[in-house]
Order: sequence, then C-alpha cells, then structure tokens
Amino acid sequence: MQKSVFSSALPWIFAAAILIVLPFIFTGGGSITIMNQIGITIVLAMSYNMLLGQGGMLSFGHAVYMGIGGFVAVHVMNIVENEYLWLPLPFLPLVGGLVGLGFATIVGSFSTRKAGTVFAMISLGIGELIAACCIIITVFFGGEEGISGDRTMAPSTFGIEFISQKEVYFLIAFWVLLSIFVMYLFTQTPVGKMANAVRDNPERAEFVGYSQRWVRYVSFCGAGFFAGVAGALFAINYEILTEQNLNTVMSFQVLLATYIGGVGFFLGPVFGAVLFTILQTVIGLQTDLWALYTGIVFVLMVMFLPTGLTGLFAMHLIPLQLGRLGMLIKPYAKIFVPGLAFVVGSIALIELINHVRHHGEEQFMTLFWIEFDTTSFLPWALFLIMLGVGFYVSRVFAKEVAEAWGEATFVEGERR
Amino acid sequence: MDLFIINVIDGLIYGLLLFMLSSGLTLIFSMMGVLNLSHAAFYMLGAYLAYQISVYTGFWVGLIVAPLLVTILGAAVERYGLRRVHQYGHVPELIFTFGLFFVIEELVQYIWGRSMVNYNSPESLDFIAFNLAGGSIPAYKVFMLLVSVGIFLALYYVLARTRVGMIIQAALSYPKTVEALGHNVPLVFMGVFGVGTGLAGLAGVIAGPSLTTFPGMAFLLGSIVFVCVVVGGLGSLFGAFVASLLIGWLQTFAASYNIGAADILIAFGYEYPKDVYYHPWRDLWTLTLPQIGPILPYILLILVLVFRPNGLFGKRET
Repeated sequence: MQKSVFSSALPWIFAAAILIVLPFIFTGGGSITIMNQIGITIVLAMSYNMLLGQGGMLSFGHAVYMGIGGFVAVHVMNIVENEYLWLPLPFLPLVGGLVGLGFATIVGSFSTRKAGTVFAMISLGIGELIAACCIIITVFFGGEEGISGDRTMAPSTFGIEFISQKEVYFLIAFWVLLSIFVMYLFTQTPVGKMANAVRDNPERAEFVGYSQRWVRYVSFCGAGFFAGVAGALFAINYEILTEQNLNTVMSFQVLLATYIGGVGFFLGPVFGAVLFTILQTVIGLQTDLWALYTGIVFVLMVMFLPTGLTGLFAMHLIPLQLGRLGMLIKPYAKIFVPGLAFVVGSIALIELINHVRHHGEEQFMTLFWIEFDTTSFLPWALFLIMLGVGFYVSRVFAKEVAEAWGEATFVEGERR
Repeated sequence: MDLFIINVIDGLIYGLLLFMLSSGLTLIFSMMGVLNLSHAAFYMLGAYLAYQISVYTGFWVGLIVAPLLVTILGAAVERYGLRRVHQYGHVPELIFTFGLFFVIEELVQYIWGRSMVNYNSPESLDFIAFNLAGGSIPAYKVFMLLVSVGIFLALYYVLARTRVGMIIQAALSYPKTVEALGHNVPLVFMGVFGVGTGLAGLAGVIAGPSLTTFPGMAFLLGSIVFVCVVVGGLGSLFGAFVASLLIGWLQTFAASYNIGAADILIAFGYEYPKDVYYHPWRDLWTLTLPQIGPILPYILLILVLVFRPNGLFGKRET
C-alpha cells in the first residue's frame, strides 16, 4: 500500500510551519537565543543518534566533528570577509558538513572495524588528542581564547545580512529541517536499514552478505557530516569557537541530550535537545549545581528508563490501543504527590547545605520563590520530612503503579 | 646521565601508580566485560576521603580506612547500579559508568569545593631518603614505590596462589563454565568490582599528596589509565603492567627533555625563520617535547588500536 506524496509530505510541511511560527510566538529577548541553541543541539544530537541509536556505536568524542567543522567554518568566514572567496552565509553549514565528513572518513577508516568497547576507546582517544592539539596548534585552533569571525561580512543573500538573531534563527531552522529530512531519508535507504541490522546482530548481517564494517563506516561518515553542519551553525550563531566546543565534557553533553530524548527512536534526540537546552539555560541561571542535577538525572535514567523520554511515551501506546489508559491515571496521580515531595525535599536540602557552606554570611535564602531563614530549625526539618516521607510513600505507591501497569498492558493469551 | 636515572625512578613510580589503577580496571573488565569509565573517579574519591580522615586522625588511618570505604562504595555501585543496567547490554553499562564519573566529580566539588585541598604527606616521611646523582629522592616517593610494589606482589600472590585467585583467573577466560561449576559469579563480580575500585582508591590515597588533590585529578589521570589498559590489551594483567610502566616512562621523559622541533628542523638543514611568531608554521617551529608529552599516550593508543586491535598482550576479542 503506497501512501500518497501529499500525506507523506504532511508532517514535514507541519514541522516547517511550526518552525516559521515559533519566533513570532516566543518574542522575548532570550527566547530566540535559546531556540538557536536548541536548533544546533538538535542537529548534533540527531547526528549522534545515527551512531548510537541506529548504528549501535558508542562515541565519547562526537563533539570533535562538530568542533572541527565549526573551526573551519570560522576560518572560511574570515576568508570570505577578506574577499578571497565568495560564499553566501547560508551555504557555510555545507562547508562545515564536508569538513566533518572528511575528518570522519579518515577516522572511520580505522575506528569502525569494531563496534563496542574498541570503538568507544578510539573515539575517546581521538577526542582527547584533538582537545590537546587545540592548545598546541594555535594557528588553526587559536589556543586558549579560540578563534572568532564575523558573519555579517559575507555577501548578502537576497538582501539579508544576518545581523539580527531572528535572521540567524531562520537560517538555523532551515538547516535543522533539511538535516532531519536527509537523515530520515538515510534511515529509509538499504544501508540505513542495514545499520540497524548490524547494530542488533552483526554476525547475521554478515551472513546476509553485508560487510558490517562498511555499513558502520557509512553511518559514521554520515554522522560526521551532520556534526560538522551543527558546528558551522554554531560558528554562525556565536561567531567564536574554543577548545570547550570539542572537549570530552561537550561530548558528554551530546550523549546526555541524545539519551534523555531516547536513543532508539528517530525523533528522540529532538525532544532530548529541546529539554536539555531549556534545562541548561533555565536551571543553569538558577543554581550553580546544574551539572550535579543533570548528572544524577542521567544516571537514574540509564538505570530505570533506558529508552529515554520518547520510550516512556511509546510504552504508553500499548494501554492506549487497548483502551485502558484510564486505569493508569489514578495510580499516577497518587504517586505524583509523594514523588514531587521527595524531589523537592532533596533538591531543597542540597541547595540549603550548599548555601550554608558557601554563602553562610547571608542568613536568608530564596528557594522555589520562597524566602526563608537558613538558621532556623523549621526549613531543615520540613525538607527532611519531605525527603523521608516522600521516599517511603512513593515506594509504597510504586507497587500499585506496577500492578496497574501489569493489568493495563495484559493481553489475553499472550506470554509476557 | 644524572637526569636519566632520576627520570627512570620518577617514571617507575608514576608507572606503578598507573598500574594500581589499570590492574583494577583490567580485572573488572575481564570479569564483567565492562570498561569501568568511572574508575578514575574512585581514585579521586580515595584521595579526598583520605584527606578528610587525615584532617581528624592523621595520614596513616586514612591510608587504611579510605581504600576500605572506596571498596564498599564500589561494591555498592556494582550491586545496586551496574547489576541493574547489565540486563540492557554492554553499551548502556558503558554509558552508566561514564555518567557515574561525572556525578562523582560533581559530588566531590559539591562536598569539598572547586579548589585544591591541603592534603599533605605525613611528617614522619618528610625527609630526604637518599641523594642520587646530584638530585634528592624524598622519602615519600620511596614510600609510594614500596606500597605500589607491595600491592603488585600481593595481587600476584592472590591471583596465582590462592583459591579465590584461581576462580577469578578461571572466570577471566571462561566465565560461563565457572558459573556452571556452581560458583556464585554475581558475588565474585561484586567482590572484584569492589576490590578493583578499592585499588584505585588506594592509588588516590598515596598519589594525593604528591600529585595534589584537586577536582580535576580524575580527569587528568582517567583517560591515561584507559590508554594503559587498551594498549596493554584488554583483559591482560601483564599487558596492563607493561603498558603502565611504558606510559609512565614515556610521559616522565617527555616532560623533562626539552627537545624542540626547531632543533630537529635545523638539523635537517631548514633555516630558523626570523619572525617566528608571524610565520605560518610557527606552531611547528615552537613545538617542544614537553608540550606534546600529554598527547603521546593517545597517539600510542590510536596506533596500537589501528595496527594491533587486541593490544600488545591481549588475547580476547572485545
């Protein structure tokens, strides 16, 4: 059964419409900046998912491809500024992508021989190597302060000079949609399908007649290309690149954003990137313990929700199809209250201790929009009770949730 | 020549320290098939715990208690974290340990702050052990050497001469068969993970005073330890030993011989550019051996993985 061209194009038209409308809904000063950052992270996380989600390759150095693409993009920007080269700004991501692709072609030629630990270790080694080279090769990487450029000096595209953030937003949005579209097309090609097969069972893929190494190599190069695109978008948006854009911490953030969204799902990284960036920018402003919270959430997620947020949604499709989603509402509502108390209580305690130790001279602190006295007994006792009781009660209710879940997904005659 | 001997000793101490970390890592990897990416975080934790204990009771209590605490913590991580993640497969296990690394690093910064702590060697070891070739070797370095060698011998004895060691060795090669013979493999896993991380903790305790105890110490040593394990061959204890010493010497020698690329280029008949700081090849001309010292292990890692994917002494496919 062949779908009509229109119905398969519909989601893309819808997505394009959303991207066009967004900057007119969120007009606040910072929101365009955040949306630009989200766009860049989406491309990067989607390209990472080509490796981890679709190809089963765990990379600890994915930021390198983004960084190198970005560095070259800044250099090209400077060359264009000096009028040695004519290149309108919207084509710059293509340059970054080709650089990422080129670098991935070299590295992939030896790193994709094996998946698993060996691949992960090579990616870590390359990541450390390039990050260390940043300090040594100052001509290209600019040392500690990095290199910067000026995007407005490029020849104007239909009269657009890309001076305002909004103009840059549309450029990024265009490339985000294009990248996702091309990556989607890739998953539909035979080699894209084989990438999944090689991830799940490399031996059988070989028996079918495909070289597992070649299949991985193609995915790897594709991922390198789109990471490079993300790097060039970063260069356009921020006009500066430093060592911090390609070190291990950055690579970890890519992994985090992708994993939170959901590794096995095509659009999972999009949700991950949106959530991660909003958390990073919004919570990052509120507390300096941001990295601690994300780290803990990440580890808990790996332990209890390995399919990510998208996986959580996908899980609920089964009770939805069986028409039993209503059975879950009551236990969910019941666990929500003590669960929230536990989370709020523990965060409050962590922040309270942090405040007393580092800003002990200030007696009052504001937390969750409430100001209170840190020296009095009451907040400590309250938070401790919230933490303890919340934990205990949610454990009791968790059993009810598990039972309700079992009932809601139970199918007669099917083995589980 | 004098510098050479001093470097040999310094490199040996550094290499043995690396081996204390890489031996635990190798044991864990061979048993469970998991490369514990948070290993260096336990090393840092050992140093910080020992510092905290030494504030109250002095160095020697910390030397004993801190590694034990790290062992318990490591075993708990295996029991309540890793064992759960194990069912999802190897890649989530790697991701879990990678995430754990960052959590421990952030926790350490949360508890002890972002700057270095004042963790010092004990006063009883604050003297010069002997003078050698114009330089002096502090007693603490000799102590580090003795502890490392002692751990190495103890590890060798346990693995080669005791019953527990036999089970572990057997589980290295044929984990399934060992399980079939009725040994409690999950318990062995927990024990090996605990002891492995405990060794890392001990390395942290003795390295803390000499390499300074600061939040970046795990990151600094962490990736080097993976290089040791991979270069030596995943799962090979002997390989880890050789690679640790090799990298210890490589880094020590690279740091102390100030050979510049300029010397080599001049030797090949190139002329030193007049205005070197504006020269297009300025990075090459000003490059020195101490500068590239930190990246030598990674170059070695990539070369080994390209030309000998199993490492120098590795037998097992990964």
